[in-house]
Amino acid sequence: MPEMLFREALGRAMAEELAADERVFLIGEEVAQYDGAYKVSQGLLERFGPERIIDTPIAELGFVNLGVGAAMGGMRPIVEVMTFNFAILALDAIVNTAAKVRAMSAGQLSCPIVIRGAGGAGGALAAQHSQALESQYTHIPGLKVVCPSTAADAYGLLRSAIADPDPVVFIESEVLYRTKGEVPEAPYTLPLGKGDIKRPGTDVTIIAWSRQMHNLIEMAPALEEACAVSIELVDPRTLRPLDEELLFASVRKTHRVVIVEEGFRYNNVGAEISDRIQRSCFDDLDAPIERVSSLDVPMPYAPPLEAEVLPSQERIAAAIRAVTYQT
Amino acid sequence: MATRRKSAASAGPSASASESELLAIYEDMVRQRRLEEALARAYGLGKIYGFCHLYIGQEAISAGTTAALQPDDIVVGAYRIHGQALSKGISAQEIVDELFGKATGCTGGVGGSMHLFDVDKGFWGGWGLVGQQVPMACGVAFAQRAQKTGKVVVTFMGDGAVQQGAIHESLNMAAIWNLPIVMVVENNHYGMGTAVDRISALNPIHQMAEAYGVAHEEVDGMDVLAMMDVMDRAVRRARETSRPSFIEARCSRFRGHSMSDPGKYRTKEELEAEKAQDPIPKLGAVLQERFGVAADRLEAIDRAAKDEMKQALARAEKAPWPAKEMIFKHIYASQPDA
Repeated sequence: MPEMLFREALGRAMAEELAADERVFLIGEEVAQYDGAYKVSQGLLERFGPERIIDTPIAELGFVNLGVGAAMGGMRPIVEVMTFNFAILALDAIVNTAAKVRAMSAGQLSCPIVIRGAGGAGGALAAQHSQALESQYTHIPGLKVVCPSTAADAYGLLRSAIADPDPVVFIESEVLYRTKGEVPEAPYTLPLGKGDIKRPGTDVTIIAWSRQMHNLIEMAPALEEACAVSIELVDPRTLRPLDEELLFASVRKTHRVVIVEEGFRYNNVGAEISDRIQRSCFDDLDAPIERVSSLDVPMPYAPPLEAEVLPSQERIAAAIRAVTYQT
Repeated sequence: MATRRKSAASAGPSASASESELLAIYEDMVRQRRLEEALARAYGLGKIYGFCHLYIGQEAISAGTTAALQPDDIVVGAYRIHGQALSKGISAQEIVDELFGKATGCTGGVGGSMHLFDVDKGFWGGWGLVGQQVPMACGVAFAQRAQKTGKVVVTFMGDGAVQQGAIHESLNMAAIWNLPIVMVVENNHYGMGTAVDRISALNPIHQMAEAYGVAHEEVDGMDVLAMMDVMDRAVRRARETSRPSFIEARCSRFRGHSMSDPGKYRTKEELEAEKAQDPIPKLGAVLQERFGVAADRLEAIDRAAKDEMKQALARAEKAPWPAKEMIFKHIYASQPDA
C-alpha cells in the first residue's frame, strides 16, 4: 500500500470532493497562493482556480460566518482555520450560528460546512498555540467533531465530513501533518461516528484519538512489555457522535480502561466517555477508569516543560499499572 | 466608487409609483403596526414569552425594502423582525402563532419572537446575537453569486451592531468578493438604552463603508418613499453589478428596546417629537394629495388590519403546542445523536 503524508491525505480528500461536487469550495487564510500554512491545500489553487480556493483576510469571525451563510445558501464550504486556537474568534459563527441553523429554522435550512484546521500542541509553540480544544465543540448539540489519528483515517473521514449534511468540526493534529501512513490507492470513505480498533488486545482498553492515538500505536509494544499486559487501542475517531458500542464492547472484554487525551483535564472529552462507560458498563469494570491528559496549565514554552505537560509514556504506564493494580 | 448622495424622494420609483402600488405599501405598514400593537397586548396578558422587541415606528424601512425586492430575494434579520417578516410575506397568523410558541408558527414553535423563518418567502431569520447575521448574510450572498441565482440579499442590523468587529469584517469581505448584498443599519439612535453618539466615534455611521470602498447612503427611515428609492438603487447595484451597499436608515422606535424597557434614557418630549414623524400618516397624506385617496379608504385598510390581528390572536390561543418530538427533530439531518 502506498504511503502518504497525513497532510497529503487531507489534500487528496479535498481534491476529490472538489472534483466531484462543484458546490464544494475551500476558504481560509493562506489556503490558495501560499498553498496552505501547513501545505494541506498544496496544488489546489492551480487545479481548481481562485473562485473555489479562496484566500481570506485574517478575520476568523467574518470568514467562518461567511462559510456558514454559504452553506445555508446551498454551497459545501470547507473553511480552514489555521489553528483551532484562532477559531476561538469564530466560536460565535460555529456555536451560535452553524450549530443552530437547522434547529432554529425548524429544519427549513441546513449548514453542511466543514471547519477544519490544526489542533493540539505543535512543538514549543507555548501557551496560545498549543491547545487541544475538541471539548469546546463536543459540548455543542448540532455539531459533529472528528479527530483522526492516521493518514488513512484523515482521508476517509474528511471525505465523509465534506459530504455530510451537518456542520463538522474537523481537528487535525499539527504534529501529525508531517507523519506518514499507508493510504489505499482506490478512493473510499469512512463513516462519521464509527471508531476503529487500532490494536487488538485483552487486558486493558486504552481510548485515545488524534496525536495521542498515533503516539500510543508507536509506544504500545513498549508499554505492554513494561506493564506485562495486553493492550487494546480503541480510536473513536469521531468524538460526537460517539461510537459507544465499539467502546463498550472493548470494555466488556478487558474490564479495565485508560483514556488518554491531549486536552486539559477539567471538563474534557475523556470525562464524558468515562461517565458513559461507568453508567453502561458498571458491572464489567474491574478498576476505576484512569484518565491521562495534559496537565491543567497553559502550555510552557521550554521543550522539557512541554514534554512534562503533555501525556507521557511514563504517565500512561502509571495509569495502566493503576487499572491493573500493580503497585 | 462610493455614493454619498442624500436621498431625495423624487430620484427613484417612488415618484412614478401608481396609486395601487402606494396603497399596497400603506397597507403593509399599517398591518405591521397593528400586528405589533396586538403582540404588545398579548405580551401584557402573558401569552408571549421571553424577549419581544417591537418594531413600531420603523415600518417604513421594511416596507420600502420589500417594495424594492423580488419575492424570491432573501432577507436576513436580527431580532427586531416581526414587521420585516410580515412585510416579506409571512402571514400574521404564523407570526402570532410562533410568538405564542405554537406548533402552527412559522418556525414550529421552536424559534419564538427572535427566530422567525420562512425560506419559501425569502425570510431567513431571525438571529439573536448582535451583528452575527451580517457576516453570515454575506455568506448567503456569496452562495447566490457563486450559483448565479440572480438573487439579492438584504440584511438588517441596529445601530448598536455596527460597533461589532464582524460588521467591519463583513464590509471588507463584501467589497473584496463583490457580494450582491445590501446591509441596512436601522439607526433608531439607541442600542438598547445607550445613545449611539455616546458609543460611536463615527457620525454618521454610514461613513464607515467609505473606508472599504462600499457604496453608502443615509436615508430618512421615517419616509417610506425615500426608503423605496434608496433601496431600489442599492438592490439594483447588487443585482446588476454584484456590488454591496451600506445604508443607514435614520429612524425611531416608538417603544422600548424590549418589553422590559422603562425608557428612562429619553425624555417625553423627545419621544413625542419622534412620534410626530410617524411614517404611516405621512404616506397617507401623500396618497390623499397625489391620488385623492379618501380618508375612509385608508380607515378601511386600518380596520381590516385590526380585524386580521384580532383574529390571529384568537386563533393562536387555540392552536396546539408543538409535540415533544420537536425537541430532537431538527438537531441533525438524521437522529438520534449518541
